[in-house]
Amino acid sequence: MSDTPVDADEVRHVAELARVNLDEEEVEAFAAQFADILEYFDALDEVPEVEADPDLVNVMRTDEVRDGLSQEEALQNAPESEDGFFKGPRVS
Amino acid sequence: MGANIFITEETVDGADDGPLAGTTVAVKDNISTEGVRTTCGSAMLEDYVPPYDATVVERLKEAGATVVGKTNMDEFGMGGTTETSAFGPTKNPVDEERVPGGSSGGSAAAVAAGEADVALGTDTGGSVRNPAAFCGVVGIKPTYGLVSRYGLVAYANSLEQVGPIGSTVEDAAALLNVVSGADDRDATTRFDESMDAHPAADSDYAAAADGDVDGLTVGVVTNLLDGADDRVVETFERSVSDLESQGAEVVEVSLESVEHAVQAYYVIAMSEASSNLARYDGVRYGLSTGKEGNWNETYAETREEGLGEEVKRRILLGTYALSAGYHDKYYKKAQDARAWIKQDFDAAFEEADVLATPTMPVLPPELGESLSDPLQLYLMDANTVPVNLANLPAISVPAGEADGLPVGLQLVGPKFGEETMIRAASAVEE
Repeated sequence: MSDTPVDADEVRHVAELARVNLDEEEVEAFAAQFADILEYFDALDEVPEVEADPDLVNVMRTDEVRDGLSQEEALQNAPESEDGFFKGPRVS
Repeated sequence: MGANIFITEETVDGADDGPLAGTTVAVKDNISTEGVRTTCGSAMLEDYVPPYDATVVERLKEAGATVVGKTNMDEFGMGGTTETSAFGPTKNPVDEERVPGGSSGGSAAAVAAGEADVALGTDTGGSVRNPAAFCGVVGIKPTYGLVSRYGLVAYANSLEQVGPIGSTVEDAAALLNVVSGADDRDATTRFDESMDAHPAADSDYAAAADGDVDGLTVGVVTNLLDGADDRVVETFERSVSDLESQGAEVVEVSLESVEHAVQAYYVIAMSEASSNLARYDGVRYGLSTGKEGNWNETYAETREEGLGEEVKRRILLGTYALSAGYHDKYYKKAQDARAWIKQDFDAAFEEADVLATPTMPVLPPELGESLSDPLQLYLMDANTVPVNLANLPAISVPAGEADGLPVGLQLVGPKFGEETMIRAASAVEE
């Protein structure tokens, strides 16, 4: 069994963190499914510690001015804009 | 369209001349096309029209290809059957009662139905190979970094690659010739000056499809046969024996780590998705449900309306896996599993030139059959996801049929070993 039981309140909390509203039906369905899925993910506990050697490199290019999107192009998909700016809801 | 293959049918002509002149290409709808809407199979982007082309689309046009439309897909690439699209499911041209596989189901179906000569899909955990197997066509997932991701609408950056689909290995490889290569707009392709050249610079993938497997060692991954449908395993084994009769040496290899690949894959993919999909805020592009209330409320309402169930499920599980208290338990462990899988593959390539598995452990399910249980759907990806976690190349090639349905054989190559993998796959066709 998972040591992280998932109940409806927890689903609501995560949904709030993720900024996704859910209806009550979805909350109930997700709570049941998440319990199963997270229990399945618990098998990761058996994975040994691995000497990971991440082959990550910083990739830089010369900082030079290039053509980008025009302001008009950048705004063309915005549901609302005003005076060349995106228009969004109040922040608080 | 009866089979619901395209979300948008629009013809875009390429250059007059080039290696793909006269070739029609279908493009998955999460690859940006200038002036042609790109929905990602989501209501969130139903009216989104990109102001620029993805690098792979630019290259198609330069090569003379004609784009014939944007293909249906699981919403944002999340699904294995092309049933989670906001625009309805695609039917499998081989059997219209069945799913085409996903998430590039529209692209594979377009090729299988003859609606396009070749197609582009994207593969995050098998999304090119899965539908190629279910539709009886060829799909290639390139090594991470071989093909530019610029203009691909991101779902899980560290895993996904654009991949070609064709009715033959040579067709798919010819498309790979065109779309692969360095791109200075995408730092995940290997364009940096410390490398002598990008791996695609000296490669000719289509020419590698010469069917010559004499002396090649094929490693059968025994761990991935146990859970598969018997009919799939029988077809797979016949195909491997056929390779043997053409001069390949067949050995068995064991990859213990793959038992944890599905868990690791979903934790990583969902975590990356939860971050990537934060951009759909209803302000800069995409659906917006209005401007009443404060930012957080409007944002959450827009996402409730614009995103489908599977996408919400993955965003929430990803948010959970990254949240305080669970990060070490899920995300960190998944990264350990990923490193372990890479090491296991490295060891296997000491014993074999390419590795073989069935592409999918099951035959194509009937429409609607697999949607109700997300966990069962995730388990279908057992054979394909290890490849993405290890950033390796793989190809799915038709191995034959079982009960009249296509079975795909997957060949996995070492890093940037596309030519060897393509050579072996072309022998499977013979």
